Amino acid sequence: MATPDLVDSAAQAAAAAERPGMVRQLAGNPSVVFGTVVLLFMVVLGLLAPTLGTIDPASIDPVWRNKLPGTERTLTLPSGQDVAFVHRMGTDSLGRDLYSRVIYGARISLIVGIVVAAISIAVGLVIGLLSGYVRWLDGIVMRVMDGLMSIPGILLAIGLVSLWGAGLATVIIAITVPEIPRVVRLVRSIVLSIREEPYVEAAISVGTPLVPILYRHVLPNTIAPLLVQGTYVCASAILLEALLSFLGIGIPPETPTWGNIMAEGRVLFQVFPHNILFPGVFLALTILAVNLLGDGLRDTLDPRMAKRF
Amino acid sequence: MIAFVARRLLATIPVLVMVALFVFLMLRLTPGDPAAIIAGDNATPIQIEEIRERLGLNDPLPTQLAIWAGKLLQGDLGESFFFKKKVTELILQRVEPTLALAASTMIVTLLVAVPLGVIAAYRQGGWIDRAVMGFSVAGFSIPVFVLGYLLIYVFAVELKWFPVQGYKSISAGLWPFLHRLILPSLTLSVIYIALIARITRASVIDVLGEDYIRTARAKGLTNRAVLVKHALRNAAVPIVTIIGIGIALLIGGVVVTESVYNIPGLGRLTVDAVLGRDYPTIQAVILVFSFVYVLINLLIDLSYTLLDPRIRY
Repeated sequence: MATPDLVDSAAQAAAAAERPGMVRQLAGNPSVVFGTVVLLFMVVLGLLAPTLGTIDPASIDPVWRNKLPGTERTLTLPSGQDVAFVHRMGTDSLGRDLYSRVIYGARISLIVGIVVAAISIAVGLVIGLLSGYVRWLDGIVMRVMDGLMSIPGILLAIGLVSLWGAGLATVIIAITVPEIPRVVRLVRSIVLSIREEPYVEAAISVGTPLVPILYRHVLPNTIAPLLVQGTYVCASAILLEALLSFLGIGIPPETPTWGNIMAEGRVLFQVFPHNILFPGVFLALTILAVNLLGDGLRDTLDPRMAKRF
Repeated sequence: MIAFVARRLLATIPVLVMVALFVFLMLRLTPGDPAAIIAGDNATPIQIEEIRERLGLNDPLPTQLAIWAGKLLQGDLGESFFFKKKVTELILQRVEPTLALAASTMIVTLLVAVPLGVIAAYRQGGWIDRAVMGFSVAGFSIPVFVLGYLLIYVFAVELKWFPVQGYKSISAGLWPFLHRLILPSLTLSVIYIALIARITRASVIDVLGEDYIRTARAKGLTNRAVLVKHALRNAAVPIVTIIGIGIALLIGGVVVTESVYNIPGLGRLTVDAVLGRDYPTIQAVILVFSFVYVLINLLIDLSYTLLDPRIRY
């Protein structure tokens, strides 16, 4: 359905990328600005987590379990010194400080989002370029991709995680696999239109080998659409990771991730909703920021697509 | 027409075969020993051997595939490790709540999303339009489980309008059934509404620029007639296409929503199966959901000729 639009928009986006004032255009787009600011905030939280008044997010303290946000106490540091400490977001059912866990949780979400986006774009780009350019491969590759896309993404990820066991690496791969076919299709549709362009025919007729053609003529046309697609992949990866952790089949429960914190808070949710509320707000805000960034990039880089949605 | 239906049916077969092949290979191509993974960390070698035997992992790969495919064609999805039952039986027991949840979500979505999308398109740039677009971005960003707990907290725990969790079969009476279904289907429909309202708006906007809309207005039809009879009818194909593609979203959402609301359906079965390392069940559920997804989209493709008489095959 959207193939001709994607193809057209790809060409326009490539042209847009070369226009001067690109950065200024992006900076003037409220979605891009909001998305970038919130994302940078989360990145800073993740990077500076140990210095933001947090304590060890895994340290269990049964005496101080299930405390409401704002509970004050004295804390004995490992050095033996006593200091005043406030559980800003309360504690969970094992007495772990929720604020520390939520702040540290930003790390996993961002890592998963960025790594999944990078891998699925890289792998999808290679497969898509080959499939679009090597005719005999195309049929086989597209049948495989159709098959993969027919399995709902969450189920595919659940199936893979259940076999590979829980862990950061397995979760990342399991989330990446269902994302790849979408990237392949996008790249392939761009390649199929570009290969008919006069400048590509000219390059072929003067005997340019396949690899330089792909690299010089086809690849640049994929950059803008892939950037947009990459942000959407990132958002869906963050969501899926939290979801797998929440269902108890993702990253091991000791690791503070937003999904794990919520999973832990499920049992006593009716009495202590803060265990689900705080990580939920951070999670939703991060995904919203990535989605808005994607929308803004699409509006700026892909004007034709922007009109449609 | 008949030739088209036949061709479309035939084209679906390779997709189904591919899905089945993936599900089959998922277990077999796992690095390491899948039997040991399924058995868990504390398993004895004898237990591992037993699992390997039950899954038929000792045979060569082509033999395994032949046996597995043969059983699949007879509707035999194997036996659950955890529940000690035929998987087909297990799935049939769990299908009602999932169907109820999916159907009620679909109804809520269509009742809300299509009118919203049409109004937003008609008043493009107005406050309703901006609200609908804002909602659709937000709807995509709030994870289903976060929203689920939020709704439970506000409407069940605080306001006490609904029971907190659980499911009552329709055989227990219509009201108890619906009463427990309202919150879950509202939760699940938000993301779906976000998707459908967006597409409805976009395709109605496209259509509103057509000449026949101007003609319809010129001959003095009311706005309602123009929008419903001319615009929406012509925008139906992309909307229905997205409804079909969105089924994948719905299936994923069912898994999560059933966990949040403690609904004993296929989604809960999936999660329980993963936690119980019940591989035959996981395999079967993935297969069933994917087949349903492919077949619904097949039906939607076939419905295009009904929706738009201009489409001929």
